[in-house]
Amino acid sequence: MKAGTLKQILLLTDGCSNQGEDPSLVASLVAEQGITVNVIGILEDDRSEQPAGLAEVEDIASNGQGVSQIVYQDVLAQTVQAVTKQAMTETLQGVVNNELKQILGNEKTMEELPPDQRGEVMEVVDELGETSDLEVLVLVDTSASMTNKLPTVQEALVDLSISMNARIGRSRFAVYQFPGRKKPIQQLVDWTGKLDSITTIFAKIATGGVTPTGPALKEAMYQFGKKSLRRRFLSDDYKDIEEA
Amino acid sequence: MITKTSKKPDIFLKKGQLVKGKWHRKHYHVIKKLGSGAIGAVYLCVHEKKKVALKISKQSTSISSEVNVLKSFQAVQGYHLGPSLIDVDDYQAHNGFTYSFYVMEYISGESLHDFMRNNNEEWLITLLIKFLNDLHVLHQQGYVFGDLKLENLIVSQKPTRLRWVDVGGTTLQGRAIKEYTEFYDRAYWQCGSRKADPGYDLFALAMVIIRVYYPNGFSKGNSPKKTLQQKINQAVQIEPLRKLLMMLVNQTIVRAEDVKQYLLQYFIHEKTRSDRRENQVTKNRQEAVYSYFEIGGILTIGALGYVYVTLFM
Repeated sequence: MKAGTLKQILLLTDGCSNQGEDPSLVASLVAEQGITVNVIGILEDDRSEQPAGLAEVEDIASNGQGVSQIVYQDVLAQTVQAVTKQAMTETLQGVVNNELKQILGNEKTMEELPPDQRGEVMEVVDELGETSDLEVLVLVDTSASMTNKLPTVQEALVDLSISMNARIGRSRFAVYQFPGRKKPIQQLVDWTGKLDSITTIFAKIATGGVTPTGPALKEAMYQFGKKSLRRRFLSDDYKDIEEA
Repeated sequence: MITKTSKKPDIFLKKGQLVKGKWHRKHYHVIKKLGSGAIGAVYLCVHEKKKVALKISKQSTSISSEVNVLKSFQAVQGYHLGPSLIDVDDYQAHNGFTYSFYVMEYISGESLHDFMRNNNEEWLITLLIKFLNDLHVLHQQGYVFGDLKLENLIVSQKPTRLRWVDVGGTTLQGRAIKEYTEFYDRAYWQCGSRKADPGYDLFALAMVIIRVYYPNGFSKGNSPKKTLQQKINQAVQIEPLRKLLMMLVNQTIVRAEDVKQYLLQYFIHEKTRSDRRENQVTKNRQEAVYSYFEIGGILTIGALGYVYVTLFM
């Protein structure tokens, strides 16, 4: 059994969108394309912010068939990798559930199996999670209020790359910020296997006032398409990397 | 810390609550909460007048994964790797959601911190030697413990042993570590990868020992590896132990068996040397009193015998 490449958008934000189309709507559209949308809402460390302002976070993720979590930035690194992994498991569980439905006919999902059988199915899910290829597009909200959180975000992304690269399956990452200067999003790091080279990517960002989460998500979705198109041309290149 | 997650709410069991299994229909009376981690919480419960530990979580997948690990431990004949598994089931809560849980043997004991408050470092080394045996067997089974930390260890009595109580992080070797805690994580300190290999556990074990010296921990600073080395040098007085910690942190010693041998050697060496020193003193002072010398000799043999018995029996 093979699940193919798992595609995820990881949205890191600290507040509500205020421009363009409804991000939840876009998220469900993105999910339709087989891309999961995970959202992490980052709070101020001094515990002064109202988590209520981040209600949108959960809404976007549930529409994007992904995982959401609201955290203070001191635990961001562990959260980022946990959310990514949990989303992978959930996606794979979905894949396995579909298979189960085909085998068992009725509307049976993993959760409804007796514990013993569930354990056996879980072994398959674990195995898939370890060996599947993964593509994560990280979308970072760089509006003004995020400025002081960006160093933590950067650390968390390096940590994510460490965690994911410990797997047997291949992991690829791209980092985008929004809003961009003239476009909804702007590329910071093109698709790469390791994020440890991103020491100062956020330094050059001029952070602005608006938060166009919806348009940014939409644009992010297209980046998966673009890349797979290019990869077809570069497929020879790819083999070299694998062998090295 | 984490205030909110998706859809299914977390589950909290109250004291005195009855947890009834959906499949096996067994009953568990909740006594108190023992602790909670990234995945669910563990409760002390009573089942048929026996104390058991019950772990419940909203993530049924994680529970299934952990049960798989516990089951594979059960397969190791005649060797107790972690708590034994008693039951796996689902609990239908009043909020309409179903939560998976498993029940395991309840291991009572005190934390390593409390134990060290009343005992000296020699006891720590004795505990470690026994613990390294377990770790060695676990590694031979093809697993890595993963989330090795003070909170997951308990000093049980009769016999006095260091035992692990939560197998949530246990990972097949060669895979990505399932669960970890930053302070004990090799990658966090930039001392290696997050791939499951025996060295990962040994690094975490070094951090457990360091944590005994620094109960509140410390931050990694700009050069994590250097910070670690400094902290070790500042706190650990016993030279061989300091050397060992350095080797573990630098990952120049990566097999549980090797660490055990190192500790054994140090222990025997140290003991015989201090015994000899005592012997020398006795000799000088009591040359005239010959009978006392004889008693000293007998005691020394007794002491050596004792050391031999504690180490090898």
